[in-house]
Amino acid sequence: MAMTVQLDVVSAEEKIFSGLVESVQVTGSEGELGILPFHAPLLTPLKPGMVRIVKQFGEEHVIYVAGGVLEVQPDSITVLADIAVRGEDLDEQAALDAQKRATEAMQHAGADFNYAEAAAQLAEAIAQLRVIQKLRKK
Amino acid sequence: MAGGKEIKSKIGSINNTRKITSAMEKVAVSKMRKAQERVAATRPYAEGMRKVIGNIAQGNIEYRHPYLSERDVKRVGYIIISTDRGLCGGLNTNEFKKVVLEMKSWKNQNVEAEFAVIGNKATAFFKRFGGKVVAQQTGSGDVPRLADVIGTVKVMLQAYLEGRIDRLFLVYNTFVNTMKQEPVIDQLLPLPQTEVSPKEHNWDYLYEPDPQPILDMLLDRYIESQVYQGVVENVASEHAARMVAMKAATDNAGNLMDDLKLVYNKARQAAITQELSEIVAGAAAVG
Repeated sequence: MAMTVQLDVVSAEEKIFSGLVESVQVTGSEGELGILPFHAPLLTPLKPGMVRIVKQFGEEHVIYVAGGVLEVQPDSITVLADIAVRGEDLDEQAALDAQKRATEAMQHAGADFNYAEAAAQLAEAIAQLRVIQKLRKK
Repeated sequence: MAGGKEIKSKIGSINNTRKITSAMEKVAVSKMRKAQERVAATRPYAEGMRKVIGNIAQGNIEYRHPYLSERDVKRVGYIIISTDRGLCGGLNTNEFKKVVLEMKSWKNQNVEAEFAVIGNKATAFFKRFGGKVVAQQTGSGDVPRLADVIGTVKVMLQAYLEGRIDRLFLVYNTFVNTMKQEPVIDQLLPLPQTEVSPKEHNWDYLYEPDPQPILDMLLDRYIESQVYQGVVENVASEHAARMVAMKAATDNAGNLMDDLKLVYNKARQAAITQELSEIVAGAAAVG
């Protein structure tokens, strides 16, 4: 029987694969990698591409990952997969969007906003009125 | 019949409200279960990350990442996760109260704060509270994606790297159990130090190509996954809180209906009694 090693493919949102495998093939940032059991500890970023898994008893399985990191230990392999293809400029764009939304939200009030704000102000005014009434009674 | 009709229509309207709140309760129950599963699904990734980062830290690389080193606190950053919708009890209010308390203590130390807000409620709150909001994100819905938080997190990470903030915190509601959700403030940056254990392992990874970019990438991903976990857990808390709030509302509506029914029956009986006595009196007058 072929030797096997524990493989976990996980992403931030879910566990994608977990089980014993005979070998794994991934696209590392430096090129294709084939990992067999008892590989030396290794850490490398992954390029978007296929992870080809040969499961215990020889069954093949292919998973697509959008990048991530591969960690290899002699007795276990972990693929920390990204959810979506990432790039410095894509992230930058997302950050700019978040900033823009912040300034917009703070300056222009949308319909939903007005309501929440008005409700809060109303609650405040009612509380103040209550205090005034209490003071008057005394 | 004094006010009988009015009371009846009031009962009808409360009954309608009760139907809505009880439907909302049932929806919240099923959404909460799914959200809990999602919380559990995020754990393996964070654990894997933590393990790898721990191994790197124990290895002997010279590179010291800014995320790992403490510095004097002059400004702080907060990522605040709230819900998009209301009707979930005191969930958001309690969370914001906790933040305001922290703000007070920072203010006493002359430390300024920047905020990144996730969710409508936090946005609305900070608009009123008047903090400096540098990033905003809403509309993640019940199934938040990691992609939703990337931008917001990136803004804060940049602020940290540029030295605009010296510490970064994450605020969200943890799901303790169905009845209990607690607001917590976790420190994201600098990464809380794990105690350096004596080197029981004297191996290090083969890094391909270099340890530095891999560590950079891992730490960014790690922070993102922490924030994402917070978002997912906050969704679970939201549904749990809404479930409890709607259950209370349904019960209250039931009680109110019982009370009103009593009033209605009394009014009805009084009307009947009055009518009877009028008939009897009329008959007596004729006879």
